[in-house]
Amino acid sequence: MAVIEHLPIAQQLLNLFAALLLLIAFAMLSQRRILSLINLFALQGFILTLSIADSAWLTHQNHLYYSAALTLLIKVIILPWLLHRLIRQLNIEWDVETLINIPTTMLIGIVLVVFAFNLALPISELSGTILRHTLGIATASVLLSFMMMITRRKAVPQVIGFLAMENGLFFAATSATYGMPMVVELGIALDVLVGMFIFGIFFFQIRETFDSLEIRHMEKLKED
Amino acid sequence: MEILILLGMPLFGGALLALTGHRRFAPELNSAMSLATLIASAVLTARVVRDGPITVLNDQFFIDPFNVFLVTLTAFVGFTTAMFSRPYMHNEAAHGKLSTARLRLYHSMYQMFTFTMLLALTTNNMGILWVAMEAATLTTVLLVSLYRTPESLEAAWKYFILCGVGIAQALFGTILLYFAAEKVLGEGGNALLWTHLNEIKGTLEPTVLSLSFIFMLVGYGTKAGLVPLHNWLPDAHAEGPTPISAVLSGLLLNVALYAVVRAKVLVDGALHTPFAGQLMMGFGLLSVVMAAFFLSRQKDIKRMFAYSSIEHMGLITFAFGMGGPVATFAALLHMTMHSLTKSAIFFVVGHAAQKSGTQVMDSIRGLIKTNPTIGWGLALGTLAILGMPPFGVFASEFLILTTAMHEHTWATPFLLVALGVAFASIFGKVQPMVFGETTGKRLPHPPAMIPVFVHLALVLMLGLYIPPYLVTWYHQAAAMLG
Amino acid sequence: MKLSTLLFQFFQNGLVLLLAPLLLGWVNQCRAWLQNRSGAGLLQPYRMLFKLFHKDAVLADNASVLFRSTPYILFSCMWLAASLVPMVATDLPLSAAVDVIALVGILALARVFIALAAMDIGTAFGSLGARREMLVSFLAEPALLMVFFTAASISASTSLVTIVETIAHRGFFIYPSLAFAGIAFLMVLLAENARIPVDNPSTHLELTMIHEAMILEYSARHLALIEWASSLKLLVYMSIGFALFLPFGITEAGNWAALPLSLAALFAKLAVAGFGLALLETLSAKQRVFRVPEYLGTAFLLAVLAILIHYLLGA
Repeated sequence: MAVIEHLPIAQQLLNLFAALLLLIAFAMLSQRRILSLINLFALQGFILTLSIADSAWLTHQNHLYYSAALTLLIKVIILPWLLHRLIRQLNIEWDVETLINIPTTMLIGIVLVVFAFNLALPISELSGTILRHTLGIATASVLLSFMMMITRRKAVPQVIGFLAMENGLFFAATSATYGMPMVVELGIALDVLVGMFIFGIFFFQIRETFDSLEIRHMEKLKED
Repeated sequence: MEILILLGMPLFGGALLALTGHRRFAPELNSAMSLATLIASAVLTARVVRDGPITVLNDQFFIDPFNVFLVTLTAFVGFTTAMFSRPYMHNEAAHGKLSTARLRLYHSMYQMFTFTMLLALTTNNMGILWVAMEAATLTTVLLVSLYRTPESLEAAWKYFILCGVGIAQALFGTILLYFAAEKVLGEGGNALLWTHLNEIKGTLEPTVLSLSFIFMLVGYGTKAGLVPLHNWLPDAHAEGPTPISAVLSGLLLNVALYAVVRAKVLVDGALHTPFAGQLMMGFGLLSVVMAAFFLSRQKDIKRMFAYSSIEHMGLITFAFGMGGPVATFAALLHMTMHSLTKSAIFFVVGHAAQKSGTQVMDSIRGLIKTNPTIGWGLALGTLAILGMPPFGVFASEFLILTTAMHEHTWATPFLLVALGVAFASIFGKVQPMVFGETTGKRLPHPPAMIPVFVHLALVLMLGLYIPPYLVTWYHQAAAMLG
Repeated sequence: MKLSTLLFQFFQNGLVLLLAPLLLGWVNQCRAWLQNRSGAGLLQPYRMLFKLFHKDAVLADNASVLFRSTPYILFSCMWLAASLVPMVATDLPLSAAVDVIALVGILALARVFIALAAMDIGTAFGSLGARREMLVSFLAEPALLMVFFTAASISASTSLVTIVETIAHRGFFIYPSLAFAGIAFLMVLLAENARIPVDNPSTHLELTMIHEAMILEYSARHLALIEWASSLKLLVYMSIGFALFLPFGITEAGNWAALPLSLAALFAKLAVAGFGLALLETLSAKQRVFRVPEYLGTAFLLAVLAILIHYLLGA
């Protein structure tokens, strides 16, 4: 258990952002509408940007500003725009998905959060960044996004869960080590963008073949 | 210098074929680019064998005997597959299964895929290694769904999602590795360079490294097809066009395993316990056993051989896990043999499936009568992959089994049973396909059987006699890996 | 115990009795304004209580002692709870006797009696209301306890007085865990006080009622006491909210000089909170009853998250 200190306001804000990120991860888990999912994803990216910029300001690590700008550009502007365009073209803008048993999902989510906090504890102790306490939250949002991917029945929310997982990993990198080297981050960003394009093409192919975007059509290849 | 040509060739080829991939000369252009890549890799290999490990471009690229032989293997199999793909794609286009746009996609992505694999093999930066592995998945996803059938879409979707999730685990592992490295090497890109990490691996934090290795094993192991993360493999390898199955089975699995082994070297140095090796042995053994049993129930020929890939990858992982000079040597040898043999088998299977119009084994019969080259190719390839002497696979499997019997006797019965089950299943299914009554038709274009026989001949030759320079080469590589 | 603290206690006891109907009137008036009606005036609840006390009570033939005594028990519990919560002063004599867990217990006691009384007569609507009330409280109570635990973890004590003093004297400090706990508390407040989106307090459709269905059989002075108790409950919950999340302006007992200031602070907070409540009610729609567990599950989840975040971040 960490001790309450009298921290500067910027550092208090970091805690607040981390808590908000966890909240958003849970909110995405229980969200039924695709439009709200995309907006939540954009909000997650935005809060991520704010927290990176905040830690850049606190620790005077200038490369974090570039990191924050990259995040803003890709995760708050480009990816949500692509997703919005995609769901409009696929005509699923007002889609509502029935979710399996929200209270149980939430309870499992809480168990995952506790597990993630425990997992991150040894690493937090060793880290030297000001964000080290938030590593548990980053791990928790990765696990929650993973759970979101498993419990979804339609293709687009599954992909959004995948992107949210990548957000969580990025936050983990920032909280453990002030981010990866720039060249690696650029590579990852490129991968994410290309991946998104390919997903887009994919959705059209799926829709063309199955006339729907539900995953259950794609569970036929099993062991015979 | 050679590195730039090596990497630049496929990149340039990809761009070129993106524009011209639908023309009549596209397959020939594809083969030409692959040949150029092969020549560049041969030159590089000669240099490394002569001079020892080299780092290029400010330590960003690192070539040592371990990855240079994989580079050559990749370039070689890439070239022969491009040669095979020529008539295969002509046949497919003649049957009307592929449009011009898709042919363009296919050819340019083929070259880009080669590029990403070579990048993954030659880079010194563990982060770039990750980026290249993910890029390799991205380039092949659309190729798996090339035929746009429901099954191929499902296969491509599973491939994308499962490998994506797996690779995200590997990213977390890389982050943890950077975290541990940063404490010793300081911040900045150099903390992820493998050569630097290798020098200071004794001072890296053990807990963090073991966590990091677990994540990287799970992540890259998903891409290598280790059970229980293998679900995407049979579908992806079975539903894509045959040249893609050949390169996925023959090359990408090797590259994924390469990433795991690089990580293992670091972890062994930091932990001084056999933790990493034991994990790899566990996963490897599990893969061999499960794959053998899944194998026996398959009805589609490509799926069956995909499971065989999982089995062999498991065997290689097990061997790397055992460690020690003999086992590592055997693992490297097996990597080579498996690539050559499996790609040859996929070539033959591809043509056989084209002839019969189906991939279901019960419907393919009497290949020896309708097309003797295909029939014999399949028979010999199957014998090779099952580990019959005098083929090379026998040599490496023998070495692995004897080492296991010496050091880890408890594993030997499992391995033997699994190999036996696989032998019985595959042999039992291939035999009626080769010899049997048939009503097959002739193909419009003559099949390209030269690559098949080249591969099989190599495997045979290496089974009988490994040239001394190859032996030194493998020994050097094995020494690198501890 | 000094005389002035005792006087403070009596003062608070009297204050809450008078303030509760005024609060209810304010909320209803705000709702009316937001709905573009002229409303019944701020003093309407007083008039209603006056009217009810002057009527003759009508009881069913088979009403038991439980049925007849429940209004008094309910009223006493609520009055007791209202006397405990630090509204204008901390360190009241009664506050020392009870901590937050016991407070939840008092509220639970009241709830048990009203539910039993609802089932006492044996009408269908009574048991309907009782069942639904129990469904709501089954999930709301753990959430409320979790909220209290968060605040208690931050101040290292479960006494409401200590919590108020610790948080008030910390100065401005962003507690993410308290932020989450606050949202959870708001959701629980809406559920327990039978407000939209859980229950419509002004509905006349019996099948959609939760709280109202339980008191259908009561009349005259019994009904008056129950209505008064409901408004006291709303005052209690709001003051708990202020004590946990906005404890500024609360003075120590015995300090008569600071009393006007703390009274003014209390009125201001209640006014804003009342308006906020009316706004929330106007903007939301009542949820279907089977959605209520989901709603309360979210509240519980937020409260648990608050505690987890406190343990991880220390804030």
